[in-house]
Amino acid sequence: MIDGIRVGALNAWFHGLHVLHGIDLTMAPKAVTAIIGPSGCGKSTFIRCLNRMHEVVPGATVSGTVLVEGEDLYAAGVDPVQVRRRIGMVFQRPNPFPTMSVFDNVAAGLRLAGVRRRADLQEAVERALRQAALWDEVKDQLDKSGVSLSGGQQQRLCIARALAVEPTVLLMDEPCSALDPIATARIEELILELRSALTVVIVTHNMQQAARVSEATGFFLMGEMVEFGVTRALFTNPRDKRTEDYITGRFG
Amino acid sequence: MKPAQRRVVDVVMAWLTALAAGAVILPLLMILGFLLLQGASAVNVDFFTHLPKPVGEDGGGMANAIVGSLVLVGMAAGIGLPIGILGGVYLAESRDRRLPWVVRFLADVLNGVPSIVVGIFAYTLVVLPMRRFSALAGAVALAVIMLPIVVRTSEEIVRLVPSSLREAALALGIPEWKMVLRVVLPTARAGIITGVMVAVARVAGETAPLLFTAFGNRFWHQRLDQPIAALPLQIFAYAIAPYDDWHRQAWAGALVLIGMVFVVSLAARLATRGRLSGAR
Repeated sequence: MIDGIRVGALNAWFHGLHVLHGIDLTMAPKAVTAIIGPSGCGKSTFIRCLNRMHEVVPGATVSGTVLVEGEDLYAAGVDPVQVRRRIGMVFQRPNPFPTMSVFDNVAAGLRLAGVRRRADLQEAVERALRQAALWDEVKDQLDKSGVSLSGGQQQRLCIARALAVEPTVLLMDEPCSALDPIATARIEELILELRSALTVVIVTHNMQQAARVSEATGFFLMGEMVEFGVTRALFTNPRDKRTEDYITGRFG
Repeated sequence: MKPAQRRVVDVVMAWLTALAAGAVILPLLMILGFLLLQGASAVNVDFFTHLPKPVGEDGGGMANAIVGSLVLVGMAAGIGLPIGILGGVYLAESRDRRLPWVVRFLADVLNGVPSIVVGIFAYTLVVLPMRRFSALAGAVALAVIMLPIVVRTSEEIVRLVPSSLREAALALGIPEWKMVLRVVLPTARAGIITGVMVAVARVAGETAPLLFTAFGNRFWHQRLDQPIAALPLQIFAYAIAPYDDWHRQAWAGALVLIGMVFVVSLAARLATRGRLSGAR
């Protein structure tokens, strides 16, 4: 495997409003990279640029390059649908499909990609649910509605749904902000386990969380990346005054 | 406001709202009661299985009109629902601003067009070129009446589907059209079916647009390009006739019509209740 994700001169706009200013960074493969920063700093926009979900919003535009395993997601002729199949995403609020059962939720991505054989689906669903540390809790209720689970289980269901299509990268946009501390701890354990299998990028406004789960951390402020480095170094010995102010709680 | 005063206001308001809620169902109860009183005696097996008797003979039924109404509404739904639902999806999902605005506005105007005018439209469009009244013309008229209702309710319901679900689907690498078909529409299903039932109930009782399209028929229709009987037409014809027995049958027809709408609505309601255990 070559390098993980290389972002070059990435700019993003909403209806002409410049929300990301020339972001450059390289995220290591099979590692967890955290993006921290106050609300409105562009960290969610940034992560949404990594699987071409930013452009889904009307009026949103992007320039720059995002190389995933050497391939530019924004090169001409690249199909965003294919990009999103390789790069999974988990959102702030658990969003299982309410009309689908637990099983169908996890199988959704595969089914819609054309996988039909029941045995293949069953195998993939079990693997994804195990990987998301949810299998033991739901194996007897695969036919129940996805929204009948608890909030934390729903979020792990969403992670399983994203993992089922075997992405090489998993993007997590504040995956724990709607969860209680116990559910949060389980998701964090899960992130540490996933690290061996894929590249994880997590956006969080919880600095302790970034410190616990990530190898590298980027600090965003007002659409710019102020600092990027090894997580421990960034939290114990920030190079930039603004980073220091933020992590010591002096603003934001 | 003092506590005692507040309690009085509370009780008064609670009663007022309860009364208003009662007033909503009162007309329906009165209509049903009146229909039962007047028409129940004429609702019998003959009514559902026999053709109308010639003038002067008592008895007979409205079997042809009952089937005719089912055929007309069924055909109208066949034309109107696909167009209406797909149109509603377009209005809700389109990123374009102008065309949806125009369509929405015109749909609302169409909704306000008197049904007799819709009848004239279908007369010009179908009856004149075909040179005869027909079930098809009646179905076209009814479909046109259904369209704006179905379009607007489908749009509203599809719009209510949370954007987080759309994003979840797109982020899985699902193309937009599949997302709409497999995620958005199933989520909106119950609401869309409610809108469809409102439209069906509305056109099932329409008389004016059928007067010079379906035209009515005292016998069984043989083909869909020929005049066909319909309950509202039959009720109208019988109600203005000078025979007591026909009046009774008109009441019975009205009762059966309401009963049919009721049964269909109830069936749709039950059919859309969550299939999945544990679903809200």
